[in-house]
Order: sequence, then structure tokens, then C-alpha cells
Amino acid sequence: MTGGNQLENANPLIYQRQGDRPLTAREQDEDLPDQIDEREIFDILCSRLWGQGCWHVFLMDQEHPLSLEELNVVEQVRVKVNDDESSVSVAFTPTIPHCSMATLIGLSIKVKLLRSLPERFKVDVHITPGTHTSENAVNKQLGDKERVAAALENAHLLEVVNQCLASRS
Amino acid sequence: KDSLTLLSRVSAHPESRCWFLAWNPTGTLLASCGGDRSIRVWGKEGDAWVCKSVLAQGHQRTIRKVAWSPCGNYLASASFDATTCIWKKNQSDFECITTLEGHENEVKSVAWAPSGSLLATCSRDKSVWVWEVDEDDEYECVSVLNSHTQDVKHVIWNPQQELLASASYDDTVKLYREEEDDWVCCATLEGHESTVWSLAFDRTGEQLASCSDDRTVRIWRQYRPGNEQGVICSGSDPTWKCICTLSGFHNRTVYDVSWCHLTGALATAAGDDAIRVFEEDPGSDPQQPTFSLTGHVPRAHSQDVNCVAWHPKEAGLLVSCSDDGDMAFWKYQRPELNTPVL
Repeated sequence: MTGGNQLENANPLIYQRQGDRPLTAREQDEDLPDQIDEREIFDILCSRLWGQGCWHVFLMDQEHPLSLEELNVVEQVRVKVNDDESSVSVAFTPTIPHCSMATLIGLSIKVKLLRSLPERFKVDVHITPGTHTSENAVNKQLGDKERVAAALENAHLLEVVNQCLASRS
Repeated sequence: KDSLTLLSRVSAHPESRCWFLAWNPTGTLLASCGGDRSIRVWGKEGDAWVCKSVLAQGHQRTIRKVAWSPCGNYLASASFDATTCIWKKNQSDFECITTLEGHENEVKSVAWAPSGSLLATCSRDKSVWVWEVDEDDEYECVSVLNSHTQDVKHVIWNPQQELLASASYDDTVKLYREEEDDWVCCATLEGHESTVWSLAFDRTGEQLASCSDDRTVRIWRQYRPGNEQGVICSGSDPTWKCICTLSGFHNRTVYDVSWCHLTGALATAAGDDAIRVFEEDPGSDPQQPTFSLTGHVPRAHSQDVNCVAWHPKEAGLLVSCSDDGDMAFWKYQRPELNTPVL
């Protein structure tokens, strides 16, 4: 990775990405419906969601934003999916306990999932317990769909969220 | 046999979400509003509910709630654009006659007092405003109430007394009454463990139902000073005491509650896509009533149900609306006594 030396010396711990998952026989069978599972949610988030929202990373190396996976903000073990009950729950871990961007990261994760998954899914996004100083307040905001709806009508905020969701080319 | 049967389903706000529904006082018209920034007014033709008017010019953002005046000639709409519009019904259409400004951000709810001379609005700016309406359709803000510490989600007037109630993200319900030309908070109802989304009074105004993100519905009863039950009151203000909690029924947030003033049945709208109806058990103690689930449609809509509203004149006619943009009409028939629903 270009700029790797610079990043290794910087503040956040950087974690190894999981490799691409091998395709299963079931997934290759066109006649069988693919179930939505934890790995799929993780791929949706980590292949396309970048950690620009974390201000210190953003400032450190804007040209080479790290993915939420590389920052360990999202881990597959903290993704819970029940396809039959159409529910997805994602716990994310801010890189520092007082990260001022925690709400924005959570909102970006939520928006990404709402846009990617069938509408029947109930999407719950919350902070990994014990990892943020304003955990309860952030969780309550992210769980309030009226406030999420109002936030997404805010053109400036929507632009920031869309930046967080932009693919790394 | 199911106690709730689907009569019809209408795509009310396609490609958007339908947030709220309101029957006019005679039940001849139904207003819906949504994320598409429009209000639609529906009337019945034969067996079908058809769109009679689209009010699309009033607001710049989501219209969260609508309310009819008690005379049925005005419609008020509350929007995320921080304004409340007042629409006057003409022969066949509606005209926006005034826009109420003042809230700092999203207006979440609007309600007319039974007299028709007072209007209440509430907002994410944590305040509740009381407006006075004169005969020339002029609106004047007479009070700004800053009792809540968070986003105020809903306002509603008591049907029998000049008493205003509000529900908030701060997990409480507050009640207000007029005192010497101003309005004051006269009670705070604590008990819910998360956001209180909506409220409904029963026909007598003696009981209030509240629903919450904590997945419960609470029933509160008014006790006046000197009541026989010995419930303590402070000064001349009544005490509102929680006399029943409906828990274990809803799997997600309860977004709305509607108390039928004809039959006493209580309907709920929830984030688990279901609508439910509860009735007080015959012979239960009025001071400690028990309620049973008498109707339940688990997949009433394909997404969150945002609102339920009983028809004001036709007992058992219920309408619901959802994030899926649809509204659905239901017929509710109370199951035979002692017949379990599930």
C-alpha cells in the first residue's frame, strides 16, 4: 500500500483486512436464492465504507483513507443477521472513546445498509458496549428514525455521509 | 376467525413514506402526509377511497403530521421545514391561508383544542407553542413552553378539558393548563424507559395512553384532589397515575396509539410492521385495569407502521399507514368473549 510506512507510524492501529471469501457451491448455483449473512453485510460495509469520518485519520492522510475494516471499526463478529426475521444488527467500535464523529460513522453505516438491503430489513446500528463516552446518547439518536429521516434531508449532512460512503478507487 | 380484516390498501405516498393520517371530525375525509412533502385528502366513492386533493405547495421538507380543526374547515400541517401551515377548505380544494413560523427546527406535531380557538405545535427545538386563533383567521403565539429537555414528538388536547399533553425524546409526558393568561406545566408523567412517540386520550378524557420506544404502552388515569382512592395530589392539580402497562406484546418501537371514542378499543402501530388492538377486560378493576390483545395483524404492512386512526363515526373502522408508503383500511370486530385470539 502506498504511504504504508507513514500510516504505520501514525496514531490508529491498523488491522489486516480479511481476504476475499471463497464462493460456496450454493452461491454458484443460480437456481438457489442466496441468503443474506454476516459476511455479506460485512462486505457491504467494508468494501465501500471508508473511515474518512474519523477526523484524526481524515487529517492524517486524506489521500489514503483507511477502511472501517482496517481501523477495526467494523468487525464481522459484531454483525448479526437473521434473514428469516429480516433483521440486521451492527455494532461498531469508534477508534477512540471520545471520537466526535461516532454519530456520523453510525449514520453512514445505517444509510449504507438501508440503501443496500431489501426494504424488509430492520437495521439496528449501535456502538460496541463500553467503547465510547456517549454510547447511550449516540445509540438513541441512531435508533430514532424520525431524526435519521430529518438528518438525511439536510443537504450538507447528506453530502458528508455520501463522502463517507464513496468507494475508494 | 380473525378479528381484524383488511378492507383495502391504497398507495398513498408512492416511493416515499406515509407518516401520519387524520380523519376529519365527521369521518368523510381522511388526510395523509409523508416524506414526499405533500398532503393528500381522501374521500370515499362507492367502496373505494380516492384522492380528492393533493396539497403540494406548502412545505419544503417532510410533512410529519396533519390535524383537522374541530369544525372540519381547516387543516394544519407540521413540517420538518420548521413551519406549520394552515389550510382552509373551500368548495372543492384547499388554500394555504397562513404559515406559522417561530420554531427553530423540525415541527413534529400539531393539534387543535376542542374549542377550535387554540392550536398547539411542538418541535425538535424542545419547545411546545400554544397559539390563539381569532375569528379573522389570525394566529398569535400566546405561550412558549420549555419544560421538556429534548425533542418533543407529539402534542394532543384533552377532549373534555382545556388540558394539553406532550410526549418527548426525554422519555416523559407533560401536561399543561392555562394559568392567569399564561400556560404552565402542571404534571410530568415518568415511567417510560425511552422516547415517548405518541399519546391518546379516551373519550372521557380521564385516561391517557402513551406509547414508546421501550416497546410498551402505558395507561394513565387522572385523580383529582380528594379522590376516594387516596391518591395524593399537590395543590389543586390532579395527579396522573400509571394504572396499567402493556408490555411483552410489541417486538419493536410503538409509534402510535389510537383510542376509539365509540368502543373504547385501543389500537397500536409498531416498528415490527404489525397493528394490534387491545380491549379492557370486562369486569376489570377501573383503578387497576387489565387489557387483552383482541386483534393482531403481524404483517399489516411491509415496513414500520407509523400511525393508526379509528374512524370517528363508524365503530370498528381503522386505518393505518407505513414507511412502505401505503395506507390500509381494516375492519375490527371484537372477538366473542372467552375466545382466545392466538
